[in-house]
Amino acid sequence: MMTAPPDTPSTQRDDSRPDTLEGFAARIRRAVEAGAPLRIEGGGSKNFYGGPLRGEPLSTTAYAGVIAYAPTELVITARAGTALAQIEAVLAEKQQRLAFEPPRFSPDSTIGGVVAAGLSGPRRLQAGAVRDFVLGTRIVDGQGRILTFGGQVMKNVAGYDVSRVMAGSLGTLGLIAEVSLKVLPVPVAEATLRFACAQAEGIALANRWGGQPLPVSATAWHDGTLWVRLSGAEAAVTAARASLGGEVVDDEAGRAFWQTLRDQKHTFFTAIAGNGLPVWRLSVPSTTQPLDLPGDTWVEWGGALRWLASDASADQVRAVVLAAGGHATVYRASDDAKTRAGGAFQPLSPALAVLNRNLKREFDPRGIFGPGRLYPDF
Amino acid sequence: MTHENTVPLLHPAPDYAGADRDFSRDAAARAIVFARLRAVLPAGSVMVETEDLRPYECDGLSAYCQVPMAVALPADEAQVAAVLAICHELEVPVVARGAGTGLSGGALPHAQGLVLSLARMQRILRMDAESRTAVVQPGVRNLAISEAASSLGLYYAPDPSSQIACTIGGNVAENSGGVHCLKYGLTVHNVLKVRGVTMTGEIVEFGSAALDTPGYDLLALLIGSEGMLAVVTEVTVRLTPKPQLAQVVMASFDDVNKAGDAVAAIIAAGIIPAGLEMMDKPATLAVEPFVNAGYDLEAEAILLCESDGTPEEVAEEIGRVKAVLNRCGARAMAVSRDEGERLTFWAGRKAAFPAVGRISPDYYCMDGTIPRKRLAEMLTAIAALSKKYGLRCANVFHAGDGNLHPLIMFDANEPGELERAEAFGAEILEKSVEFGGSITGEHGVGAEKINQMCVQFNRDERDFFFAVKRAFDQRGLLNPGKAIPTLHRCAEYGRMRVSSGRMPFPDLPRF
Repeated sequence: MMTAPPDTPSTQRDDSRPDTLEGFAARIRRAVEAGAPLRIEGGGSKNFYGGPLRGEPLSTTAYAGVIAYAPTELVITARAGTALAQIEAVLAEKQQRLAFEPPRFSPDSTIGGVVAAGLSGPRRLQAGAVRDFVLGTRIVDGQGRILTFGGQVMKNVAGYDVSRVMAGSLGTLGLIAEVSLKVLPVPVAEATLRFACAQAEGIALANRWGGQPLPVSATAWHDGTLWVRLSGAEAAVTAARASLGGEVVDDEAGRAFWQTLRDQKHTFFTAIAGNGLPVWRLSVPSTTQPLDLPGDTWVEWGGALRWLASDASADQVRAVVLAAGGHATVYRASDDAKTRAGGAFQPLSPALAVLNRNLKREFDPRGIFGPGRLYPDF
Repeated sequence: MTHENTVPLLHPAPDYAGADRDFSRDAAARAIVFARLRAVLPAGSVMVETEDLRPYECDGLSAYCQVPMAVALPADEAQVAAVLAICHELEVPVVARGAGTGLSGGALPHAQGLVLSLARMQRILRMDAESRTAVVQPGVRNLAISEAASSLGLYYAPDPSSQIACTIGGNVAENSGGVHCLKYGLTVHNVLKVRGVTMTGEIVEFGSAALDTPGYDLLALLIGSEGMLAVVTEVTVRLTPKPQLAQVVMASFDDVNKAGDAVAAIIAAGIIPAGLEMMDKPATLAVEPFVNAGYDLEAEAILLCESDGTPEEVAEEIGRVKAVLNRCGARAMAVSRDEGERLTFWAGRKAAFPAVGRISPDYYCMDGTIPRKRLAEMLTAIAALSKKYGLRCANVFHAGDGNLHPLIMFDANEPGELERAEAFGAEILEKSVEFGGSITGEHGVGAEKINQMCVQFNRDERDFFFAVKRAFDQRGLLNPGKAIPTLHRCAEYGRMRVSSGRMPFPDLPRF
């Protein structure tokens, strides 16, 4: 168990960058009184994600530091402003890691931002998503109340599981001040294989292997090549490598490939900055056939995640994906393009929209957290 | 955990709508409810006679009994929606029920309310090998899913000990675990989608066949909500490939501390076993005559550590586990040589509850979780409480997840013993909170642990739970009075604790 004080105790009071829980609560209460919305921000590396940014910035970066890390308990608890890089370094010392492989868009990415955005990387296929690893949170709600939910134990069914709902809420429900995450050991062995195949065959192969007891920890298909990563015990990886066939990718090249994919450094993702096409994130049932949409495509998560760079209309993309049983997010695009699409995220069914709005109202009755970031109407 | 609230936006904790109405004294109102329900359900699906209601008066926690006003047995989702819409309109409380195996009184009926049994909705609708998913109705038994998936080389991973009887709808309500959840997760990690009906009769799909959904993760909120947010009508579960091989190491220790250290050492070695369970001496003494598993009766603690995967993988892991256990001072060790022996090793652990039921007229099962490193302290505290209350206690422990099940033995026919057992249990749960854990790991709060919620959560947090409830069920009609205590209830509990001479909790402003 390690404990540390907040990393950067400020002597000067900065209202937009509190370094205590009470500081956040006071700032939020002031916003409530003034009716002035806030946008909660960590490193700002995911500002591109979701609807437009509105409100005065409220930074978590001064509230940083690992509060507790007990490797044998498989739990780390940290303040929201702690750099993701720092968390990963602390875990790596004990051969542990965040199994959901959150993207590292910048060295400034914070753990609070990781949870709020809810984005998971290639290993999501095998390990699960951010929300699957959230054990507990301390939040400040829209009334400035400091509340603790969940905890530092693996199993906890006392009360509603508020902590997991915070994952992916994009700062619109409350401020995530502290978070406890389940961590897992680094796999003993890893290997990457490569297969030349068309998209449909890549999807079929990934699903077939998914139904077998194989240590497949990630898949990616792009441009006629299927990449498969195996992770686990030495014996399991060796046996799987022999049974799957394909071309063995050199270890270093394999690691580099998955790291680039995880951190979305491919020009596919970054081209938008230079006026490239909008990038869509399409979440579909893994067995969905190649989608009938124009544009360059990456397929991850055994077929369940498709990235599409396309100038197809939002209506067309959303209709095709909805028909497949999934949803489409305008992931990297201009605010204009998102507005034309009716918002970054797929519209909700009427029944779900009511429950989402109700929940937002209860967490944040005055609507001060990130209005419009998730949906235009709240 | 206590913080003064200065923003005057607090809502009062709601009681349910219609709470002032007493159907039991108003035959005319009751007749209207029954007639309306019968109009939307097949003949014989609404029961109102006491002898028909009796089987529903309690769930697995039989110390708590209440005959409901009526029981309805819908056959499909449309009927569930119709029943809920009527109950919403007439302000009748509704308690959904699966197999009734729950251990916390979550399905305890409401005297003025309807028990909505999902027992007739027990069809497996789809089993798909390619996508590794099954779509099932809520009344399908947990084990039935794995049995049906078996020919595809797949199974449903969460395996609560009641899996031969408990239903998937109940598993969703309780976020059930089992002995393999450190590696394979809880219900929340293995369910992709739930179709449910809210109290107003609205059908909602939570989650999807894709891996995520837009908007808030309401599926995560619904799972483990103890039937208080929506009634489950269909569940899509993720199926897992059956491992080629599973083997279990049984190790015995002459000191529970050493066994606890061994658990930590296994994790520290980077091993995530498929199962990691511990039993203390009273537990092994109770089960051995029952199952003849070959447990070491001299040992203070027995550890079962399961490894699964390919034969090569299992051999590698078992080797590492044995090395760790040796280093930690295991006094004896055995590795299962075949599937029969593996099941025998597990038989004792799985039979712990009935075995204790055989040596004691009654037992009371607790469900606290603690950080694993506090285990030895907890067992010492339980031993002291056992002396204090004059009641025996056997401990079985999901050691991998820090989830402890003390089984407090008592005789309900002896005056005062039930009360002593309850007070004993309450102290264990409060100790769990003190050690940084939780009052319930997998059994739920239900009616049973509602007082201890006052200890684990402060007033603002409990108010917040009511706010979540309100987002789904404005009138508070779904399973009212469970899981989340009102301020009044916590105040009462505080008084009771003071009057029995123990510490009041500092959380309530009035104390």
